[in-house]
Amino acid sequence: MLPTREEMKSALELRHTKAVQDRLAEASVAVCGLGGLGSHIAVALARCGIGGLHLLDFDVVELSNLNRQQYGLAQLGRPKTEALKEELLSFWPYMEIRTDRVRLTEDNAVELLAGERYICEAFDTPEAKAMLTDCVLTRLPDAYLVGASGMAGFGNSNAIVTRRITERYYLCGDGVSGLQEGRGLMAPRVMLCAAHQANQVLELILKGAGIGLEGTEVGLTGQERV
Amino acid sequence: MLRINGEEHEAAGMLLSDYLQEAGYSAQRIAVERNEAIVPKAEYGSVRLEDGDVIEIVSFVGGG
Repeated sequence: MLPTREEMKSALELRHTKAVQDRLAEASVAVCGLGGLGSHIAVALARCGIGGLHLLDFDVVELSNLNRQQYGLAQLGRPKTEALKEELLSFWPYMEIRTDRVRLTEDNAVELLAGERYICEAFDTPEAKAMLTDCVLTRLPDAYLVGASGMAGFGNSNAIVTRRITERYYLCGDGVSGLQEGRGLMAPRVMLCAAHQANQVLELILKGAGIGLEGTEVGLTGQERV
Repeated sequence: MLRINGEEHEAAGMLLSDYLQEAGYSAQRIAVERNEAIVPKAEYGSVRLEDGDVIEIVSFVGGG
């Protein structure tokens, strides 16, 4: 039997504290691109009990995605928006999920993302990353953007970092490891980068509510803060 | 003098688009931050670099 919303909320509060959970329950995040980055960003935020997600992708699940994306064999051929929504609701059923099966372009991005406060850029091509960055940061003045560049290959985990570019723009990744012959995308490093993005979004949401990284509001003791 | 990606440059007075071309950047694969704001792509051809500017050019690489 499905646990009630109250039961699930209590379980999350026990782990995250009520102050954090109340804030996360009010927040919504747009995830642009549901590949290796976006699918893991969405899962991480949903595990935190985020109030809503807006999932945008035009593509369907393919066999070549399964090395690093949050999909299974049963979902081959299905739109990523639908497949991911189903996965997320399987463990956090009380979340609002809006899906748009669409390819974002400079002509539709502003309209589709209007009203979003937190936006993750999780595309694969440099051109799409640059296009979305331009649209969000020059035409959506109230939005934060958390993007990614450089996560191909394996090893060198600590080269993946989060950099603050402006007050509204954060960029995760190592900045240099693109796709090339002999160096593809592999789950661990893509997940590291996705985790950086999800974690940065969390920080922005909670900071916006006056919940900082220090102190007791977030329920961390000195010992737990490593 | 102005700073681009942490290095000093004598590029004051240049159009941003000319600097980008000279330095070998492809406008379709970058974001340019100038003094804490992102420069709209449509303005690359009209923004002139000024003394004291602090600029960061983000070059995107593929993968996601």
